[in-house]
Order: sequence, then C-alpha cells, then structure tokens
Amino acid sequence: MSTYQEFIQQNEDRDGVRFSWNLWPSSRLEATRLVVPVSCLFTPLKERPNLPPVQYEPVMCSRANCKAVLNPLCQVDFKAKIWACNFCFQRNPFPPSYAGISEVNQPAELMPQFSTIEYIVQRGPTAPLIFLYVVDTCLEEEDLQALKESLQMSLSLLPPNALVGLITFGRMVQVHELTCEGIAKSYVFRGTKDLSSKQIQEMLGLTKPAAPGQQGRPVAPQEAAASCRFLQPVHRVDMNLTDLLGELQRDPWPVPQGKRPLRSTGVALSVAVGLLEGAFPNTGARVMLFIGGPPTQGPGMVVGDELKTPIRSWHDIQKDNARHLKKATKYYEALANRSAVNGHSVDIYACALDQTGLLEMKCLSNLTGGHIVMGDSFNTSLFKQTFQRVFSKDYNGDFRMAFGGNLEVKTSRELKVCGAIGPCVSLHSKGPSVSENEMGIGGTNQWKLCSLDPSTTLGVYFEVVNQHNAPVPQGGRGAIQFVTQYQHSNTQRRIRVTTIARNWADAQSQIQHIESSFDQEAAAVLMARLGVFRAESEEGPDVLRWLDRQLIRLCQKFGQFNKDDPTSFRLSESLSLYPQFMFHLRRSPFLQVFNNSPDESSYYRHHFVRQDLTQSLIMIQPILYSYSFHGPPEPVLLDSSSILPDRILLMDTFFQLVIYHGETIAQWRKAGYQEMPEYENFKQLLQAPLDDAQEILQTRFPMPRYIDTEHGGSQARFLLSKVNPSQTHNNLYAWGQETGAPILTDDVSLQVFMDHLKKLAVSSSA
Amino acid sequence: MAGPPMGGQSMTGPPMAGMNRPFPGPPPSGQGAFQQHGTGPTAPSGYPQQSGQFGGLMSGPQPGMPGAFPGSPGGLAGPPQKKLDPDSIPSTTQVIEDDKARLGGQVFSTNIRGQVPPLVTTDFTVQDQGNASPRFIRCTTYSLPCTAELAKQCQVPLASIIKPFAKLPKNETPLYVVNHGETGPIRCNRCKAYMCPYMQFIDGGRRYQCSFCNCVNEVPVFYFQHLDHMGRRVDFYERPELSLGSYEFVATLDYCKNNKPPNPPAYIFMIDVSYTNIKSGLVKLVCDELKTLLEKLPREDGAEASAIKVGFVTYNKVLHFYNVKSALAQPQMMVVSDIAEMFVPLLDGFLVNYQDSRAVIYNLLDQIPDMFADTNESETVFAPVIQAGVEAFKAAECSGKLFIFHSSMPTAEAPGKLKNRDDKKLVNTDKEKTLFQPQKGVYEQLSKDCVAQGCCVDLFLFPSQYLDLASMADVPSHTGGSVYKYNNFQVATDGEHFLRDLRKDLQKSLGFDAVMRVRTSTGFRATDFFGAIYMNNTTDVEMAAVDCDKAVTVEFKHDDALSEELGAFMQCALLYTTISGQRRLRIHNLSLNCTSQLSEMYKCCETDSLINFFAKSAYRAILNQPVKNVRDILVNQTAHMLACYRKNCASPSAASQLILPDSMKVFPVYMNSLMKTAPLVGSTELSTDDRAHQRLSVMAMGVEDSQLQLYPRLIPLHDVDASGEAVPAPVRCSEERLSDSGLFLLENGHAIFLWLGQASPPDLIQSLFNVPSLAHLQQEHMFTLPELDNPLSKKVRGIISELLEKRPNSMKLQIVRQRDKPEMLFRQLLVEDKGLHGGASYMDFLCYVHREIRQLLT
Repeated sequence: MSTYQEFIQQNEDRDGVRFSWNLWPSSRLEATRLVVPVSCLFTPLKERPNLPPVQYEPVMCSRANCKAVLNPLCQVDFKAKIWACNFCFQRNPFPPSYAGISEVNQPAELMPQFSTIEYIVQRGPTAPLIFLYVVDTCLEEEDLQALKESLQMSLSLLPPNALVGLITFGRMVQVHELTCEGIAKSYVFRGTKDLSSKQIQEMLGLTKPAAPGQQGRPVAPQEAAASCRFLQPVHRVDMNLTDLLGELQRDPWPVPQGKRPLRSTGVALSVAVGLLEGAFPNTGARVMLFIGGPPTQGPGMVVGDELKTPIRSWHDIQKDNARHLKKATKYYEALANRSAVNGHSVDIYACALDQTGLLEMKCLSNLTGGHIVMGDSFNTSLFKQTFQRVFSKDYNGDFRMAFGGNLEVKTSRELKVCGAIGPCVSLHSKGPSVSENEMGIGGTNQWKLCSLDPSTTLGVYFEVVNQHNAPVPQGGRGAIQFVTQYQHSNTQRRIRVTTIARNWADAQSQIQHIESSFDQEAAAVLMARLGVFRAESEEGPDVLRWLDRQLIRLCQKFGQFNKDDPTSFRLSESLSLYPQFMFHLRRSPFLQVFNNSPDESSYYRHHFVRQDLTQSLIMIQPILYSYSFHGPPEPVLLDSSSILPDRILLMDTFFQLVIYHGETIAQWRKAGYQEMPEYENFKQLLQAPLDDAQEILQTRFPMPRYIDTEHGGSQARFLLSKVNPSQTHNNLYAWGQETGAPILTDDVSLQVFMDHLKKLAVSSSA
Repeated sequence: MAGPPMGGQSMTGPPMAGMNRPFPGPPPSGQGAFQQHGTGPTAPSGYPQQSGQFGGLMSGPQPGMPGAFPGSPGGLAGPPQKKLDPDSIPSTTQVIEDDKARLGGQVFSTNIRGQVPPLVTTDFTVQDQGNASPRFIRCTTYSLPCTAELAKQCQVPLASIIKPFAKLPKNETPLYVVNHGETGPIRCNRCKAYMCPYMQFIDGGRRYQCSFCNCVNEVPVFYFQHLDHMGRRVDFYERPELSLGSYEFVATLDYCKNNKPPNPPAYIFMIDVSYTNIKSGLVKLVCDELKTLLEKLPREDGAEASAIKVGFVTYNKVLHFYNVKSALAQPQMMVVSDIAEMFVPLLDGFLVNYQDSRAVIYNLLDQIPDMFADTNESETVFAPVIQAGVEAFKAAECSGKLFIFHSSMPTAEAPGKLKNRDDKKLVNTDKEKTLFQPQKGVYEQLSKDCVAQGCCVDLFLFPSQYLDLASMADVPSHTGGSVYKYNNFQVATDGEHFLRDLRKDLQKSLGFDAVMRVRTSTGFRATDFFGAIYMNNTTDVEMAAVDCDKAVTVEFKHDDALSEELGAFMQCALLYTTISGQRRLRIHNLSLNCTSQLSEMYKCCETDSLINFFAKSAYRAILNQPVKNVRDILVNQTAHMLACYRKNCASPSAASQLILPDSMKVFPVYMNSLMKTAPLVGSTELSTDDRAHQRLSVMAMGVEDSQLQLYPRLIPLHDVDASGEAVPAPVRCSEERLSDSGLFLLENGHAIFLWLGQASPPDLIQSLFNVPSLAHLQQEHMFTLPELDNPLSKKVRGIISELLEKRPNSMKLQIVRQRDKPEMLFRQLLVEDKGLHGGASYMDFLCYVHREIRQLLT
C-alpha cells in the first residue's frame, strides 16, 4: 500500500492535511461504524517554500452563506467566463479582472498544484506587531539577571517597527512608560484589586474624560499618543528599555520567613489585557508572561503566601481540596476570553522548581494560541534558547509567527463540521455546514487563532450527513475548503486557502479500500486529541475506558479473527500500529496524572493539542535509538528489552531528550577510556548520540529538557518510565534471560495489553 | 474716688446668656473651669490707686459692650466725652517690664512647692530642683483652692499648659536619661505613676509610698538604697528621678508597638505639582531648598548624621512615588492612580537614608520641576496623599512626618474630595460653627489612622482662594502637625518667608508616636485636654508627633478636698520615639500648693496661662455654639472672676471703683484682645480660611505664643540707639502711641510690620531704604529691607532677624506707610484700640466689665 502512504505524504506536504480516512464512507451510518471519525489534522500555516503568495484578492462565491473561494475543483466555463462553486453549485461570473482567462491562461488558483494558495490582501491600515512583556520580579537574583539578559537580547530580535511594552509585577504591578527621559516612570497598580478594563485605562490615563466643549473633536491621534507611552516602537526605545531592564530590581518588598513572595500575576495579566484591549483591539499582539512562581495574592491567586500550605496537587484536586482552583481558573478564563476576542495572545514562560499555577492559567495560552514554556530556572539554556526560538525566522527572514488568525472550514453538503481541537476559540459562526453534533470546540465552522506558527495544527472533526438510503453517486467526491485569514509577521493581511477532496466509498462493498485508506498515525493523534480534550473535563479513568472501548470496537470492525479465539486475531498493515499507539497513549502524561503535577499535565496537554502529527506521535510514543559497536545507530523498540549494558540509548519524548549509557558503557566512560587515543572509536560512540541530540535540540520548540544519564542514575527514570515494561520484577525470572533491564512497575506491558485486547475483540459477548 | 456713673445709666447689657452654663462643647469648660484667685490682702489692689477718676470720664452710655461686634445691635452713642487718660489703665507693657526688672536674668530654682515663676516674657534661668521647669509646665494658678466649692465660687480655671518638648536655653541642662534595666522604669503598682521625687521612702528604704495614690510599694532589690537621717535615700542626688522635676526613662520593649523596637522615623515630602504650584514657582523653590535643607535633619546630640529617612512624593490628580535607592543611577517614578484605595507601590528605595542616596535625590529634585513644567493639570487630591503617607509608614513599620505642599481645594474625584461651602451668610448666625467644623467622614478616619501609625502631618498651603482649611487642617491638627498658609503665594515676596518656616519646621526637635498621661495626686484630676492631639479615651493624650512648640493645655477638676499641708502633685509622662528611633518616657513632675484662702489663690494666678486656657476653650467652644454666646461667656466669666475677688479679697471700697487682683491686672486687655481675634469676631470681611487657620494654630500654642499673639509687641524704632545692644522697650498696642514722625516695629509671632509714620524723618528713610523720602518707596520695598551699611539699618535688621530667629514661626515682614491701604492689617493688631472688624477698645471693655462686676456684686 505504498501508494496510500505516498498519497498521504504528498497531501501533507502540499496542504498540511492528514485525514484519518482518505476514502470517506458514503453514509452517516457507515461512518459511525468506522469508530474513528472522518477527521483531519490541519496545519494552516505549514511552511511551503515553494508557495509564493499571490498579490490579489481571492474570488469568492457570490452566495451569501457560501462565500467559498475559487479553487481547482471548481468547474469553469472559460467561454462564458463563469465558474461553478463546488460547495453550493452556485454559478458565478468571474470578476472583470479575470477577463483574459482561458484554458491556457489560468489563474494560479485554478491549477491543481495550487490546492493550497496564499493571497496577500490590502485591507485597512497595517498595524505593527505588539510585544508586551509581563515580568515577575519575585525571582532569585540569578534568575532575574538571566531573565533580564534574555529580555534585553530579545529586543534585538524583534522587528524594528514592532511596538514593545513592559509590565513588571511582584506585590505591585508596574506598567512602565517608555518614552520618558531622565526619570524612569511607571504606573503602579495594587496587586490585590480586580480592576475593570475601563478602570485600568483611566488609571493609565488612556481615556480622556470628554471635556465640555471638546466633544466632537477627533480624539484618536491623542489617544494613540497616550497609549504610546507604554507601547513604543522597538527602534525608538530599545536603549531606554535596555536600561530599564538593566535597572530592574527584585521585588523590593520583604518576604517574611515561612512565606512566599506576594505575586500579583492575576492583576498583572488583567492590566496587560486591559491595556491592549483599550489601545489596540484586533491587532496582532503577544503578551509574554514570565513567572517564577505561583500567583499568591489578589484575583487569580493560586496558593496562599504561607509556605506551610503547599500548592494544590492532583490528589487535592480529586479530593476537592484545592481552595483557589475554581476561582482562579474562572478568573483566567475570563481574561483569556477577553484577550481572544481582541486577537491578543498570551505566552507563559514559567520557570520554577515548584508549580507556578499553569493549571489555572493554561487557558490563557490555550485559547489565544500563546506558548507555554516550563523550566526550572530562567538561568538555563532550556529557557534561554526556547525564548530565543520564539523569534526564529523562516527562509524569507520573516518571523515564524502570525496573528489574528481566523480559520473557516467549508464543506460540501454531504459533510458537516463537528468541531476542532487546538489553540483556538470558537467564533460561534452558524452556517449550513455546522453539525449539531459537537466534537471538541464545536457549534461553529469558524475559529479564531490569535496567534499561530507554521507548526500550529488543529484537529478538525467532521460528520458524514448523507443518509444511508441516499448514497453518494459512485465516483463522487467530497470537498473541504480551509480558509485561513491572518496577519503575517510582516504585518500583511493574508488569506491562505486549502481545498481538498476525497472520494466517497460505499462501506459495504469497498470496506477493504476504506481500510487501506486508514491513516493510523493521524487517527491515533486525532483520537488522542479527543481523549485529551475529554480529560480536561472528565475523570481520568472514564477517558481511558472510552479510549479502550473505541479501540476494541475498531479492532472488532477491522480485525480478522474467529469468534472467541484470541489467537486467530489479525490486523491489517494499515491498522497494525494503532493498538500500540493506544497502549502508549494510555500510559502518557496526557492521560495519566500519576507522577505529574497538575502544572505538568497542563503543560504536556497544551503542547499535545497544537503540535503537528510527527511531533504528536513522538509525544505519544517516544522514539528510541540505540548506539553500539555492533553497527550503525538504529531505532529500537521502546521496550525494556532494548536497555542493554553495551548500548547507548537516545530517547526523544518531545519534552525530554534522554541519553542513557548502558552499564558497561558507563563503566568504560568512568574509567576514562574515551580519553585514550587508542579508544578513539569509543569516544566517537559516546559522541554520536550527543550529536544527534544536538540536532534535535536545535530545531525543537520548546527546547526539550536534556538529560544525560546512565545505568542506575536517578535520571534514568525518565527512560524507564517510558519503555514498555516487558520485563518487570514480576516476570523477570520467568523470562530467565539476562537481556534488557527489569522495570520496577506494576504497569501492564504491551504484550499483556494486546492479549487482553485480542480477547475482548474476539469475544462474542462484548 | 467717685465711681463712674455707669451703673446708674441705662446699662442694658445683653442677657448673660452663657453665664451660668459651661460651653456645651465636647470639653465642658464651665464655671468650674474658670476660677479665680486674688492678690493678698496687702496687695495694692492694683488699679484703683492709679486711676481715681477712671469711670467718670467714660464716654457716655455704652450700649453694651458686645454691641461693638457686628451682628449685635449698638454703635457709638453720642459724641465722645472727655477722654480718660489711657495711661491710667493697667498696662501690659508695664507689667512685662516690671517683671523683667524684678526677675530678669536671675536663676529660678524649682525647689519650692507652688512657686509662681517669672512671666514668659522675662528671660531667666531655671534650675531644676525637684519640680519641672516652667518652660515645660505652667499653671493658671500655683495654689489650688482646697475644695470644689471654693473653685466654683471664684471661677478661676485650674489648668496646666504642658509643653513636653520645650526648647531649653543653652545654659540649662538637657534632661537626664535614666535606665532602670530590663524590667523597665519603676512605677507605682496601683496608679502606675513613675518613680519621682515625691515618692516617700519608708521602712528603711525597703518600701515607698506613692504620693499620687498613697499605695505602699516594695522597692525592687536592685533599686534598694539606705535612707539618711532625713529619711531621704543616700543616692538622692545621684538619681535624677529622685531629685529632679524632669527626666527621661529608657523604655523597654513593653512600651513598644508589637513589642518590637521602633525603626527610626521618616520624613516624606509630598509636593503638589498641579498647575498652580508649578506656575508660582513653588515646586522649584521647594526642590532647590530641600537639597540643602536635608543636610540639617534633626539628629541626636553627638550623632554623626540623622537617622531619619526621607521619601518623596509628587501629586496632582494621581500620586507619583519615587524610588531613590542609592544603587540606582537615576530615580524611578511610580505613578499610583488608584486614589480610591491608596497604597504604597514600593518599600525599599522609597524611604532612604539621605546621606546614602544623596546623588539620586539631587537628581530627582533637579528633575521634578522640569518634569511637570508643562502640566496643565489643575485638579488635586488630598486625603489619598495623607493616606499614602500612612501606608508608607505602615509598610516601613515606623512613625514619621509628612510635609505636604498643597495649593488648592482637592476637587478631583477621590476620597476626601471637598466642595466650596464658604458661605458668608452664615457669619453671626447659629450655623456659623459649621464654618469651623471639618467635613465629616474621611478626614476623621484618616486622623485616627495617622495617630495609630504615628504619622504627623505638616501642611503648607498656598491658596489663591477658599480651600476649606477647616477640613484640610483636620488631620494636621489631630496629629501634632502644623498648618502654614501663604495666600496668593509669590516666590519674590513670600518665598523667603515660606522657606524660613520650612527650615524651622524641618529642624525642630520632636518626638514621634507619643502618648501622654497626666497623673495627679488624690483630690483632683485632669478632665480635659486641648491641643493638636487625638483622644481615643478620656485619659490618654495621643500625638502622632509632638515638637518643641506644641503645648497641651490640661484642665483639672476637684474630686475631693485637697489638703493645704500635703499640696497637690501632678506627673506628666510622655511615651515617645526619639528621632533616632529609641523609645523613651519623658517625665515632668510639678507640685502645687493648696489653699483655702481665695486671696492666696488669686495671688498665685498667672494671667498668661489663664488667657491661654481661655483662648483654647473658647476656640473649641465655637465649634459647637454661636460665636456670640462664646463671647458672652468669656465676658461673664471675666466679670465673675474679678467680682469674686472684689467681694472676697479686696479691702472694702466704693462700688464704683474697679479693683483687680495684682496677678490679673492686665487680664481684661488680653480677654478683650481674644474676643477681637478673627475666629471670635463674627465679621464677613474676614476670610473663613484665615479664621479657621488661626483657630487651629492657637489650639496647639504654648503660653509664650498665645501671650504674644494676643498682645503684640510694638517697638518704637525712631529713637533707637543704633550703636547700643538694647532693643527699645515696647510700647502699648494702641494708635495713640504712634506718632506721625515715628517708625514702629509690630510683631505678634505670625506677622511683623514696619510702620513708617507720614512724617518720618527723611534721614531715617534714607538710612533704611536708601531712598530720599517716603514717597520714593516702591512696591518692591514693601517686603524687605535693603542691606545697607549704616548703623541704623544694621540695628533694625538685627532686631528683625533676632525676632525671626526667636519665634517658632517665620513672620512675613511687611512695610507699611501710615495711611496706605495695607495699614489696615497693621492696625488690626493694635489690640487696645477698637477692632477694625468689631470689638471694643480696651477702655470700653474695661468699663463694660466693671459694670458687670458691679451688677454681680449687688
């Protein structure tokens, strides 16, 4: 079936789309029987070096509730200069500018290779990008110093015309004025008082009370000037701001023994959101929040300042013992929604050894497309490089970030949109293609993506609505159009249109075809996203049960077996890896909270629901490479049997990069053989995984935690907790072999899992 | 000695409304308070001897003295008849000069109980020998009537005016500090009085009897000492607390807030940078001055630098705090616009040591005037400014003082917002009191907060119109602060005057976060307190700060009979924090005589103290009742005190004769002057703010200041001996004493005038002003004397600068020519004359009082 794989790959490369099914079942009933819904992972801004944008407006269907964009699937009457919309079948005349088209002179959007096309449109004035730093000053001196340096460095990375602002907070919240000469000036807010956006703007002097006699006079320029005190073009204030950051002191309020510093994160964010909301609504803006601990006072407080009261754990939450959880979450959700409405995104850079309240604050980034970065300290390369990478540029020298995105999904009439899962918010746009059946963020066919980058990927779920008794004519195709409007980092407004089509297939007669069109990788990620989405609101075990159920049903549907005979169970190649993905997904931190703090869970889930397929798969099932003298490096099974004394292992879990030296290798290394000229090959062996790791480290965002460990090292747990525990203390002697390393766990191994799966799948009573 | 035919005439004085009831103000200062006492039987009853034909020459029927005040019916009746010789009525200047001649330059030892000290106007040296110096405590009488009946009969108020931090001249020893170790000062177990010279050691020194409550206490082992043959402890002279009237104890942690030693206090300078202050140049003036002034913050004797920390705030509608941490290259400004709930945006770096942060502070003070140079913000807030100060002290856990430089009524939307309620129609009505009452609510609470935190507020006002001073000064007047007011401030004419005030104020020695308690021996007790104080209960006088010029007037009442033999004791204990942040107890002890003879009591009265008490009680009374009632009460009580003397102490004489006790010879002139002061003279021509200001400033005055305020000094300069040391003797405050060819200096502690007679000799004018004649004087000459190198100029300038140096406040020099318009201001201070805004002349008043006395006697 290499053809399908090629097809899938080609589609992904060209359109940034991976569908769970590449042949669509032609009726609603059959579609539900397939267990995995018709759905896709869509990367709206997938980097396409070979896709030059066109400099004109897209041509749109004239039907008011359709407005689909002219695409290669449309039927065109070159003589009559008319095109038929492939979604609503409306016949539209071409605009006058298309007068010259003919079969040999087609505009790009009609050429099949331009199923994805990008338009640059001129709409309204272009606004510069806005970066608002919100900096926690309750940090250790070292951390603050490192952070200050990173921030100073970042100024040189920003586009020169971008507006930049600075808010610092500790016990108080300070909004810094950037234009003043001589004295550094800032506006201060109490960290405990919840202020409305209007109050904030008044206090910052951004709203001029309408003076009598002045009414009717345009105040816009004045207002802009006023807000400019806080948000200034980088090129104008970088000296000032560098000095300002340099002078930044730790929060000057003393912290008594046994207390946490008072950190007004909630108010700081509210001020940041309020400031942008008033001054720059609907403009691309990034609020970048840097925190070194949890919010301890005011609205959005996550934990009290008493050190003896620890921050909530999963245990507390399950026992309903997390006092501030609900209130804080509600507070940040309200902020996130306000921010999202205005198209501003919020990044959270949390560096602390303990939790910082990401669980409560995650919605800020999740809803607005902001980044979450979690580290131990700002003084680590993990943070420094990750932060630097936020400002990385693409092959055109443009920032890999876009703002104010709006994704609209149009479907041909046999399909409806159930929802999307990703860093987006619903725009509540009702239309004919919106299904009543919600999956993820549903009830709409338009979503707002306040900030997105080339890897931002949404899971989009569809529903086949065609009734069983009204089958789609053979050879018919269903079509989906993704229209993504966004502000490019060079401030241009752009529209990227991706139109795809798939064949309908009759599930009864063509089940083999459908089965072979299954993209098990995409399906695994899409199902995982559904699971993670559920896990946010449901109890962990319920989600696992649901996943298991789906898996069993899928196996029953597509497995080949004799009833009640587990040994006879077989899965075709296109499904063969799927159960294994599910096995690892069940054990992953996205669904298991054991051994993870609530913050960590939030962090992992945050990244899981926005990364593209490749990265998502790594997250579900980490990759393990083995290095030895026996041959070139090779990928090995993520299994305890791969842990051998004379191997070096490199595991990539997306969040961590673990280099594990087997027992013998570790001994050799300790003995210093690599220093001896005659053991040059050993040195090279040691070096090989480091080089490979370096390659990953350099490209991945956020930068993974880099762990160099060895047999028996405490950090080895990162590896041991991921591998399939095929050998544990329970079955070690039963195996009676010396290969691999036993894992001290009671978790079931893949083998046991599979055995159970087979048993259940073939069971006639299930 | 035929009495004047006054009584026989239609003397329909106003009904003596207030006569028999006290001021129904919060502190009832009724008759019990107003008491009397007389000269000894042998004393020449002063006055009659001097003026035989006193009354006969009175101008016709006086239509009742109060008629002289606006709002009361009356006026001049008939043409003035033959004039009474003004020299014949008792002269204040004469009394002062006599006392100077008798006691000036001498040593006053405080070893005798109930000893009457020299007058406040006399220079003398005090030697503390067991009673507090009169600089610290003065009394209305030094011989208390033994019983409440007696006190009621004479109506002479029994009161002490305590100035706990009075400045001592260089030749007097500063107070000793006593340390009783970890257990703290030794105190009576029952009444908690502190160890003092009045404690009686008995039982071979093992026990002592408290002279205040008679409780017998054990002497702690470490404090034991044998007694000598007199029953005195052997270490009597080694221990200040046994041999001196005033001394200090080191306070232990029990005496500190939260049992933590206090931090050194802080001064915060809060500058209104609204349009008015910027335009007038005030902001620049203050900023420039602070640079040098901050070097002179008060410090402990011998300390290298002041421990006081400083902080800076500017404000208009919002507040700007400054971070002036020494580590910074330049100051940082933090704007707080949340005026509804004020808070301090920073701690570390806001209150700093001036020495450490000098460079940053200089930088800041240089920048402030420029930063706001283009402001057009004219609205200000006020209460949040004080609130900010309190919060700052709270955060820093210290006490301190706010220096607020404010221009206008706070009308911006904020707590404590004020509105114009200046209604001249209320003057002379029952509602006049509302003009003096502060607006309720915010400021009340603020005072409470300030006192609780030890935050004293000094207010410098630069108004160009009404700003509701009564409300704005509410906090300063409850926190031991001062209010300074510069109407229509201009740097050229008022700048130096203001800076002198600022310098004096900033350098004053003072104590912070103070609580004062006055304990008395059995038989009488302190019942009422007047001053820039806050009272949470009836006994503890709380003061956020108390400086060397603030005095508390304490009124006493009888509980029981007093014994002539034992006398009466009082102990004023003041717990406070020093300028370096130490907790101390300052103790002043005073013993008084008790007598059952009214004549003895009258002999030991002190007019200056009496008038201080009357001024304060009257000024408080006008908060609660019409000004007219208060004036009536004052007159009646004056008459009553004097009538009682006449009846009980004076040798029999014709009823028409006015007989005054020697110690109260000049009491009527002070009383008359008091009634003519702005607060008590209901006149629509006076600014409401000025009246409120004067009312409040008198409330905190000591005896020296109130004396000078009510009887200004008028010094003739035209025939001054320019080469000599002496300052010419003052003359009586009356127009009659002026001469067209004369040059007079007039000062009352708040204003100073140089009056130039119409016919001033040109050579004098030449020497002083370097212009040929009066007519050549220009406007710019009216506020300062040029520095000329001739003896007269030097002498006059010398006299003026000496006065300026001596007075607690700066005085603005005003040069007025006879018959020029500004002369009005000058004439207002001639207290023996008829008041410009109402009020009788001394002569008329005396006649009126006399008539009252006669009515009382019949």
